[in-house]
Formats: sequence, C-alpha cells, structure tokens
Amino acid sequence: MSESVLIQLAEIILFLPLIGFIVTLLFGKKIKYVYNFENFIIILAFALAVVLAYIKLSDFPNQTVTGQFTWINMGNLPLFGTIHIDLGMMVDNIAALMIVVVTLISMLVHIFSIAYMKGDKRYNRYFAYLGIFTFSMTGIVFTHNLLMMYIFWELVGLSSYLLIGFWFEKKSAADAGKKAFIVNRVGDIGMFSGILILFFTYHTFTFDTIFHQISLGHIPFNSEFWLTVTGILIFMGAIGKSAQFPLHVWLPDAMEGPTPVSALIHAATMVAAGVYLIIRVFPILSGGALFFIAIIGALSALIPATIAITQNDIKKVLAYSTISQLGYMVLALGVGAYSFAFFHLMTHAFFKSLLFLGSGSIIHQMHHEQDIRKMGGLRKKMPITYITFLIASLAISGIPLTSGFLSKDGILAGTYAFGSLTGNWFFPFVGFFVALLTALYMFRLVILTFHGEPRDKEKYDHAHESPFVMAMPLVVLATLSIFIWYTPNPFNPEQGALLSKWVKAPEIYTPQDARYTFMKSDAVEPGTKPKAGEEITYSEMYTNAMENAHVPSMILSLFLASSGLLIAFLFYQWKIFDADKLAERTKPVYNFLLNKWYFDEFYAATFVAFTFGLSKVLAWFDANIIDGIVNGTATVTRQFSKLSGKFDNVVVDGAVNSAAYLSGFLGLFFRKFQTGKVQTYIVLVIFSLVILLFLFKSF
Amino acid sequence: MAHIGLNHFLFVSLVLFSLGIFGIVTRKNAVMVLMGIELILNSANINFIAFAKFGNFGLQGQMMALFVIILAAAEAAIALAIVLNIYKTFSTVNVDEIDTLKD
Repeated sequence: MSESVLIQLAEIILFLPLIGFIVTLLFGKKIKYVYNFENFIIILAFALAVVLAYIKLSDFPNQTVTGQFTWINMGNLPLFGTIHIDLGMMVDNIAALMIVVVTLISMLVHIFSIAYMKGDKRYNRYFAYLGIFTFSMTGIVFTHNLLMMYIFWELVGLSSYLLIGFWFEKKSAADAGKKAFIVNRVGDIGMFSGILILFFTYHTFTFDTIFHQISLGHIPFNSEFWLTVTGILIFMGAIGKSAQFPLHVWLPDAMEGPTPVSALIHAATMVAAGVYLIIRVFPILSGGALFFIAIIGALSALIPATIAITQNDIKKVLAYSTISQLGYMVLALGVGAYSFAFFHLMTHAFFKSLLFLGSGSIIHQMHHEQDIRKMGGLRKKMPITYITFLIASLAISGIPLTSGFLSKDGILAGTYAFGSLTGNWFFPFVGFFVALLTALYMFRLVILTFHGEPRDKEKYDHAHESPFVMAMPLVVLATLSIFIWYTPNPFNPEQGALLSKWVKAPEIYTPQDARYTFMKSDAVEPGTKPKAGEEITYSEMYTNAMENAHVPSMILSLFLASSGLLIAFLFYQWKIFDADKLAERTKPVYNFLLNKWYFDEFYAATFVAFTFGLSKVLAWFDANIIDGIVNGTATVTRQFSKLSGKFDNVVVDGAVNSAAYLSGFLGLFFRKFQTGKVQTYIVLVIFSLVILLFLFKSF
Repeated sequence: MAHIGLNHFLFVSLVLFSLGIFGIVTRKNAVMVLMGIELILNSANINFIAFAKFGNFGLQGQMMALFVIILAAAEAAIALAIVLNIYKTFSTVNVDEIDTLKD
C-alpha cells in the first residue's frame, strides 16, 4: 500500500458527497427517488472511510500522509517575496478517525431521515443539503492548510444555515438560520484575522510549514504576545462554530431545523469542527492562548449546564447539553489534555447524535410535540428508543461501562492534574460541578419523557415504536456508546488502541518561554523534582500528574454523577422533593436560568440595539449628508447647465446665427452678379480686364 | 488733309472693337450678338493689315487677315447652329431671357 492510495481515497471520499449534492439538486424535482442516490453515495463514502482508516491506522500509524499541489502561484512579489498558495490533503490518525465518525453519523442520519422526513415537500432537496454538508465537513477533516480549512469552514456554515432554515416558511426557523449565520460570522472574522497574521508572517497557509517556522523560533512580529493573540484569534472561529461562550446563543435556536440535522450538524460533527480546529493548531498555541481557551471552555461548560436544568423543550435541553460538552472538550484542550479532548469529541459525537435521533424519534411519534411536560410514560410505547436513549444518557452523565465515562473521566483527570501542577483549582472545580449538573439534567429529561404517567393522553395513544430505518441508527449508535470499542478495560481508556497507539499528544512547537511550565520539554530544575536522582521533563511531569489524578478524579466524578442522578430521581421519579415548589422558592434564580441567563436579551439590548442605532445614524447620514452631497451636486450641475445653456443660446448660437446672417446678407449682395446672363458676365469680364490692365500696366 | 498713319487705322479698329463689344453686351437678339463678334474679328483684321502695311513683316499680316476671315466664316456657321439649338431649347433667341447658367 503506498501513501498515494490514501490521498486518492481521501479525495474520493471528499468529492463523493459533492457529486451526490449536485445530482440530487439537479434532478431532485424530476426524479422522485433521487434521494436514494444520495443515500447510496453516503454509504459508499462511509465504506471508503473505513477502508482509509484501516489502511492508515494499520500501515502508517505513526506517519502523516500529505498530498498537495500549487493552486495559485503569485511568483515573486515586491515587498512580500515568493508566494504560492498550496491546496492539499493531509491524512493523519486524527483525520482518519474523524472521517469515520463523520461519515458514519452522516450515513445513519441519512437513513434515519428517510423515515423522519417522509412526506416533506422538499424531500430531495433535504438530502442534497445533507450531501453538501458532508462534503464540506470532509474538507475540514482532510485539509492540510488553513485556507482550505477556512473555505470549508464557511461551507459548513452555509449548509448549517440552509438546514436550520429548511422549513423557512416558519419565521422562527428563518430567523434561527440567520442568527446562526451572523453569530458565526463574528467568530469567523477573528479566525480570518488570525489566519492572515500567520500568512503575513510565513507567506503560507500550510500547517507543516507554519509549525516548522515556529519550531525554528520564527514567530509573528517577533513577539510571544502576538503568538498568543494569533492563537486566540484563530480560536475565535472555534468559539463561533462550536457555540462557545459568549457566542453560544445561536445553537439553541438552531434546533428549529429538522431533528436529524440537529443530530448531524449541531451535535456531532459541525459544532465539533471548532474543537477539531484547535486540535489542528494545538502545537502552535502558546500558554496564554491555551489559558484563554480553558477559561472559555470552562464557562461554556458551566453556563449552559445550569440553563439545561430548567428548559422544557427536549431539543433545547440537548442543545445546551451539547454546548456544555463542547465546553468540556475546549477546556480539555486548554489544560493540555489533548488526546482526551479528541476522545471526548468522538464519544460525544456518537452518544449526542444518538440522543438527538432518539428525541427525533419521540418528536416524530408525538406529532412534533417537543415539550417534555406533555410527554411521560413513553417507555412502554417506545422500548427501543427508550433503551438507546438511556444508554446515551448514561454515557453523557459519565456512568461506568459507557464511552462517555472514559472520555469525561480523562478530561476531569486533565483538569485535576492542571490544578495540582499550577495551583489553579478553578478548572477542576467547574469540571466536576458540571459533571453533577450533566447527570441531573439528563435524567430529569429521561424521567420526564419516558417514566411516570403520560401527561398528554391523546398524543400518547398515537405514539408507537418508530420504523426500522429510524430504530436501526439508534441501535448502532447505542452500541458505539459502550466502552468496548475504545478499550478493553472499562476503567482505563489508555489500555485501548485508540489512546495508546493512535491518538497521541503532538509535539509542541511554541517557544519554551511561551508554554505552560508543565509543557516545557526541558528537564525540571533540580530541587523541584518529585523524586531525587530521576531525570524527568515537564511534559512527563504532566503525564505523571494525569496518572496520579486518574483514580481520585474517577472516584469523585463517579460520586458526583451518581449524586446528580440521585437528585434527578428524588425530584422527578419518586417526587420526594417537589421541583415546582423549589422553583417557586428560588424564583429569581429559576427565572434567571429559565431565561438562559438573559443572554439573548442582553445581546438584543447591547449589540443588536447598538447595530440598529448605528444603522439609524448611518441611514440619517445617508439620507442627509450623502444624499445632500448628491443632491447638491445635482443642483450645482443644473445651475451650471442653465448657465451653459444660456451661453449656448446667446453666445454660441449668436455667433453661428450671425455668421449665417452675414453669409445670407453677402449672398443677397453677390447673387446679383450671378444673373445667368452671358452678357452680364461678359461685361464683368471686360470690366475686370480693364482693372487688371490698369493694375499691371507698370510691368 | 493730314497724312493717314498707323494711328488712324488703330483708331478705326478701336472704334470697331468697341462697337462690337457694345453690340455683344447690349443687344438682346443672339444674332445681333453674333454680329458684334464679327465686328470684333474685323477690328482685329484691321489691326493685322495696318501693322502689315506699316511694319516690316512682309505678307504675314495679310495672310493672318485672310485666315481670320475664313475662321470668321466657320465661326458664324457654328454660332448660328448654336443659336438654332438655343431657339429649339428655349423657344427664343433673346439672350436676356436665357439665364439657366444661374442655376
């Protein structure tokens, strides 16, 4: 197997969904069953992705395979030097695993949608949009440079916009699409500036070259401060796309889209693209940037988790849960737990898309009822949905034997190790507290939806188990939420091939001084060594701290998760405490959470109002100053034209007319000589002859 | 009676020439205009003959006068033909009324 096969495979996987998109879009109206073609394409893409991942992980496990070509060659520019922009594909272990996750979930969502979207009038177009989304996401996964990353970044934004506003007849859906697009734009501006700073410094977009330059100590503007700024700017893209605080407001609204879309785009893949971006640029992030990332991650984990407890829309709860889990991943990256961030990305993709598809199954059966207060008792009616949903809830809550337990525990151990090494205990505190909240809101959701008595009898009677094409993806995803795929030991993820062989912390290229102390690659100074006589480096110190943190954090997180679960059962299942009374007693806090910390209102009162105000000022400026200038110019021109017209009429026409008059006058005079009579001519000739004679007589 | 010299001849020729011009310019009838032309030709003849008599040219002057007479005959023939054509075209030989040259 040669490396070029991998690149070719990656290219085929990249362009297959695009073909599906074009065919489905072009022939969607003419051919009724064209969506089957799109489904066929995505199954093919998944199969190829599995082949690709197999080849990559078995034959080239420690190698990054790249293929590139020069897209634009600008030659030697003055001031800049030689610039050529390359496009290319990069297949490393992370990309290979990620593409399997993306195509697998995309495939399952395609299959699920066959039943879910049945009867929709834009059925084929829906599948076309799924196709272009898969195409763009694959582009993000395989890119080997920042430019292509940015292009596909915007393409996923576009497909997200199209799919959120898929039912655009509904105003809220159309608005949600616009909101998602605009909020994302805020982050993308930062990302773009970051990319431009890197391009300005290194004259290339390619990751490898940038990393190499930075490892040589060549950093933007020769200042570690600017390296940090660049990292934060690029991370802004992730803030937007991964719906991190403070740009998280678009994700809950994005739930207006069809539920399978929420599963694919707004839970599993696209929102994880932000995390994927940080994973890609991780080697050049300075300590300052990482600390900023960790703070954003911690806030994004904490705030939505508190909101999720009070929400009553099943999809809104899941949306806030998604933000919170993405916050976990970002936090993990911020504290340096690189491989666990990616691990959590994978496991979360499976169990969160399962939760969304499960909720889709419920919503489908409840005739588009999304309010969990009107559900209840669905356990008996929909056993497959219930069991798979329960497995996913256990996974996200971090209960042992599930995938989520492994990855979340890794992240918590990472924050714990960070705390023990730096003395900063804010991150572990947030991490563990959110673990409690996660179990609480997830089981509140499960109990209210599936347990107890049905609260809406009529809708309950109509509900029954979903058809095979909807149940099958649920079962597949539920099995993927079990630990066995990742490690043989349900309590230690590092024994599995995934973390021990495939995903490893990358080499850090930032200057030593710009890193976290524990990420430095030089040896620890004597005296601070934990054990005398042993030569260890800072990064080894971090690994050791992670290992030490593993057991205590596991016990603590297990305790917190089960207490969260217990609280949920106490309140909602056994009704020992009354949730409504508690809400009544803590009304200000409850309302604050119910209204999502008033983020939307805050933004509406500040940024949106400011924008509107600015628009008004600009409109006034336009109407008065600009229009004034234009109208003034028009008036001046008109006056000048009048003057010029006068001049034309009087002077120019006068001159012309008088010339005409003069010639007419002269004509009147001279026509008298032109009698036509020969005799007159003769007289004139003789007369002239006489004059000539007198004139020339002297000669 | 004074001796008749060259100047007398030239004076007669001048009178004839002037009468010819006067005839050409003032007469309305085209035939009369032709007659004016004949007068001019004859005044020229007088000049030729006078210069031949008083000069030292031999018979060249007389020869030229004979030549002019022949030329005048030919001219009269052609001119009369033209007058006929004028009459055909304009139904008049009155040169006052023929002013199509103006157009």
